[in-house]
Amino acid sequence: MLSIKNLHANVADKKILKGLNLEVKTGEVHAIMGPNGSGKSTLANILAGRSGYEVTAGTITYEGKNLLDMDPEIRAREGVFLAFQYPVEIPGVNNVYLLKAALNAIRKHRGEQELDAMEFLKLVKDKMKLVKVREDLMSRAVNEGFSGGEKKRNEIFQMAILEPKLAILDETDSGLDIDALRIVSEGVNSLRGPQRAIVMVTHYQRLLNYIVPDHVHVLADGRIIKSGGKDLALKLEAEGYDRVREEAAVA
Amino acid sequence: MSSQPHDVEQLVRQEYKHGFVTDISTDTVPPGLNEDVIRLISARKNEPEWLLEWRLTAYRHWLTMTEPAWAHVHYPKIDFQAISYYSAPKSKKDGPKSLDEVDPKLLETYAKLGIPLQEQKLLAGVAVDAVFDSVSVATTFKEKLAEAGVIFGSFSDAVQNHPELVRQYLGSVVPATDNYFAALNSAVFTDGSFCFIPKNTRCPMELSTYFRINAANTGQFERTLIIAEEGSYVSYLEGCTAPMRDENQLHAAVVELIALDRAQIKYSTVQNWYPGDENGVGGIYNFVTKRGDCRGTGSKISWTQVETGSAITWKYPSCVLRGDDSVGEFYSVAVTNNYQQADTGTKMIHIGRNTRSTIVSKGISAGHAQNSYRGLVRIAKSAEHARNYTQCDSLLMGDRCGAHTFPYIETRNATAVLEHEATTSKIGDDQLFYCMQRGISGEDAVNMIVNGFCKEVFKELPMEFAVEAQKLLGVTLEGAVG
Repeated sequence: MLSIKNLHANVADKKILKGLNLEVKTGEVHAIMGPNGSGKSTLANILAGRSGYEVTAGTITYEGKNLLDMDPEIRAREGVFLAFQYPVEIPGVNNVYLLKAALNAIRKHRGEQELDAMEFLKLVKDKMKLVKVREDLMSRAVNEGFSGGEKKRNEIFQMAILEPKLAILDETDSGLDIDALRIVSEGVNSLRGPQRAIVMVTHYQRLLNYIVPDHVHVLADGRIIKSGGKDLALKLEAEGYDRVREEAAVA
Repeated sequence: MSSQPHDVEQLVRQEYKHGFVTDISTDTVPPGLNEDVIRLISARKNEPEWLLEWRLTAYRHWLTMTEPAWAHVHYPKIDFQAISYYSAPKSKKDGPKSLDEVDPKLLETYAKLGIPLQEQKLLAGVAVDAVFDSVSVATTFKEKLAEAGVIFGSFSDAVQNHPELVRQYLGSVVPATDNYFAALNSAVFTDGSFCFIPKNTRCPMELSTYFRINAANTGQFERTLIIAEEGSYVSYLEGCTAPMRDENQLHAAVVELIALDRAQIKYSTVQNWYPGDENGVGGIYNFVTKRGDCRGTGSKISWTQVETGSAITWKYPSCVLRGDDSVGEFYSVAVTNNYQQADTGTKMIHIGRNTRSTIVSKGISAGHAQNSYRGLVRIAKSAEHARNYTQCDSLLMGDRCGAHTFPYIETRNATAVLEHEATTSKIGDDQLFYCMQRGISGEDAVNMIVNGFCKEVFKELPMEFAVEAQKLLGVTLEGAVG
């Protein structure tokens, strides 16, 4: 469903991605690991369509369409979801209100009936159990006064409501204590399924103990230098990025 | 929006009402201002001698004053001799014959606000056949108000029917000599609204609905006087969210509120006069003096305003907290886009003991607009244990606009407690992107963020207007973020 070929991208004229290739099929969970500054978040942001990232070469095909041609909100409506590394606060905008607007924009795009308030609230109640979000967070402004863990949980909760086809999780484990990490992971795991692909971007192997990926890729210096199964993550954890990098250079 | 049919009817009625106005177009005086013009206005309105004298005093004082220049606004000098100070209400024959003759941009705005076709015609000043039954609803309102003993009508009527009340209270909050524009208004005002709520009476309806029927086209020098007797309550709304066609560039209104013991006045404004085009050409100058006097013990005056229109807004709805334990509130949203300028805020004058005031001001600037908050909190020596809380937040959209805050505090009593919070933020690219990544269009996202920013103020508005105000904000700021 997602095919990235020879992707080159700059941020503020600095070359970050230098020929990245990645193939993701529906139903798969991919982990992209790499040291700081390797381009992990750049990749996540380019997929979501954030401004400030300049693609200089290469293609991204999503469900047979050119993803780079789509505006960010169209990508979202087509089923691309980004769980943000740092979810922003939007004072005065109710969490549930934003989510209802989002879901209905997506449903409208798909030609489905928009949900009314009652139907939507029922959906919210069902999905809240998944990631154990507190009910009072729903009536608060978007991410305002949320703890780091609550923000991340809210991201996964939104994912549960919006049911994307391609979910990109950008450092979802960062800033989480062990209990929060378990809850978030359980939420993500419950959203795994044959109709959905998940791409996790992470620095640490820790998250992968909870969300076991089908494929692991090592991103370094703007390229995927090694791909493998879940064992690759353990190897990385044991030996460090430098070792893998050296091996890749030799190979 | 006025989707309920009765609202449309009310507006239609308003036009029909003008149908009853006798043809006084010959009464229009040529431009210019002198004592004869004032005598003529007073004579046409069949005013008592004391009122003429009051006008003349104001005029003579005005001649000695200079136009204020301290506000953070810029505009070409106004030629006060080029204005006609008395003209008959515009005959509907002068207006466009159909919507085809109306500025398409205006129609576009009406459509966006969801204003029904009949109402659009009224707002644009198109002659509408008065086929609707007009008198009944207005009469029902009048009867209901009369039953409660509430006096509500035009200022001119009050001068004729309740001269003793007008004489007792007129100028008692904003003296005829108060400031340049108030003095001008006192000299030449032509009409406005008068409202009197007797003791221990809760006004049986929001005067907003009623106001829509009766108070349009009161002219450029409008005078409003509201008196709430002991233990009474009234909620009053002026203005309309739909942009009104208006020929007068200068508006200098005066509003006086008087609250006696334990009385409460809630005064809400939605101001959407023509702001000029996107290059800053044209637009209304809105120089208003609004002041409330919490004269009685435990009285309360609350101002809520949503200011989105006018090329220049200069207004500071204020509260004089004279009575012990009295409460003043000011909730404001001021939006400026393109080349609009707003210098607005409030004055809270604490005189009585245990007086409390709250100021919540939200300024939004976009385009090349300048938006200033200017506020004064004064604690007099007599104001033991006074409390004030002030919060001023500014939201900037784009990088060519400006937000300014000029808070003044004067305290002569050490028992006072004052709090001031101020923030300035830019509509964040991050916030926009977050919403868009969830599938929400950029325009909807801006609306959502701006409305979130203004929430604390909107919740003070009467319900139906809160909804309209939200829509209005969206239309005003359209295209402000790429």
